[in-house]
Amino acid sequence: MIKVNRNEWFNLRMQVNGKRYEERVEPRKLLSDFLREDCGLTGTHVGCEHGVCGACTVLVDGSAVRSCLMFAIQAEGAEITTVEGLAQGGIPHPLQDAFSECHALQCGFCTPGILMSSVEFLETHSNPGTEEIKDMLSGHLCRCTGYKGIVEAVQRVVHRQKEGEEASGSGDAVSICSRTTPAV
Amino acid sequence: MKPAAFDYLRPSNVEEACQLLLEYGEEGKLIAGGQSLLPILNMRLSTPEFLIDISGLQELKYIHSEGDWLNIGALTRQRDVERSALVKEAAPLLSEALPYIGHMQTRNRGTFGGSLVHADPTAEIPLSLLALNASVVVQSAEGAREVELNDFFITYLTTDIMPGEILREVKIPVGSIPMGYSFQEYSRKHGDFALVAAACVLDTDEQNRITGVRLTLGGVDAVPVLAADAADLLIGEKLTDTLLQEASRAASAHVDPEGDLHASREYRLHLAQVFAAKVMETAYNRAVAKGGTA
Repeated sequence: MIKVNRNEWFNLRMQVNGKRYEERVEPRKLLSDFLREDCGLTGTHVGCEHGVCGACTVLVDGSAVRSCLMFAIQAEGAEITTVEGLAQGGIPHPLQDAFSECHALQCGFCTPGILMSSVEFLETHSNPGTEEIKDMLSGHLCRCTGYKGIVEAVQRVVHRQKEGEEASGSGDAVSICSRTTPAV
Repeated sequence: MKPAAFDYLRPSNVEEACQLLLEYGEEGKLIAGGQSLLPILNMRLSTPEFLIDISGLQELKYIHSEGDWLNIGALTRQRDVERSALVKEAAPLLSEALPYIGHMQTRNRGTFGGSLVHADPTAEIPLSLLALNASVVVQSAEGAREVELNDFFITYLTTDIMPGEILREVKIPVGSIPMGYSFQEYSRKHGDFALVAAACVLDTDEQNRITGVRLTLGGVDAVPVLAADAADLLIGEKLTDTLLQEASRAASAHVDPEGDLHASREYRLHLAQVFAAKVMETAYNRAVAKGGTA
């Protein structure tokens, strides 16, 4: 049994993007605020704060959840992945590359949440159809670009994964994106 | 939008949780998945003094079948119920209803029992479980009791669970798995609260006559409604277009929806009739198809 009074600080430990954090928090602190204010990981965006917009989505033990809909203290001992944890050694995650290529973002406010949902989605769906991708995106609000580019970006990653499995090292035979950006 | 301060309590088992409820009375609030409670707390629509966090209690996370019953622990995540092969086999109505709840990101955390005790009249889990004639096991410091879902819902967001009690388990009778089933709902966009939702389980005999049916409607009253009158019309009959119209009219005749910002009373009544017909027809066709191949 654990009891933390409202004015007490709780010594909270959790793993975020593979790094151990130990911070003192009030019981009422939301996970989203903990990540931004205590861990300094401001890539997780806070939009509506009541579970509608999806901007604050992170992975908690591998599952995509709204970080504004849980208290930080409830994630004690959990492994969290935020958008900062996607790129490895300066190399963007395949989804990040595809989002850039397909113009899947404009202002970028909704993007971190969408990326995190897409990561879980692609781990559980090897060959998703457009409808399934749209269903996954229904938990996110984007007010700039609309969703076409985002759907295309996710499809591009699926396509590349399949290509990689079929023949390693062949060129980009089919272009999924309707809009492409030259590499810079 | 930050929650008001509260004392946080995390019991290590159900017994401790019951003791805490006894101790803190109406000032104590249980939190499970929190996908309905957190928005309420964030907006300070509710400011409990004591938050009792049961989300980590592993003993209430399970899905298993035992004889003629499918038992689901109250704290099982909605996503786990949605993806369970056992549930798909024994209670496919639930597998069909679960994806309508919120979004994948909220079902990852929201619990099966949490949705039931929250008792939103538009919610998918209460509606499906009522159609499946399920019961629940409720626990307090004094012991456990069983309640049939027919007697469980009192009014908006209010159930038969008394202060000091916790939902432990949902029991679904699966001795004779219904041959036909259907869950459908209408909302403005995916993940919104349903304007109207409907669920149906149905059995037929070798002559395609209906031998048993349970039809439920949500979003049309303060609680999920069992449309018994409609069911009575169907028993012993083959489903024809005329009978379907008659039964769906009967189903919507006894409901009393309120008009609000999202839909007028008249529109909800119309939807109730349309969706009652949709689920009855789909459930019937599935039952007949299954009967034909058996």
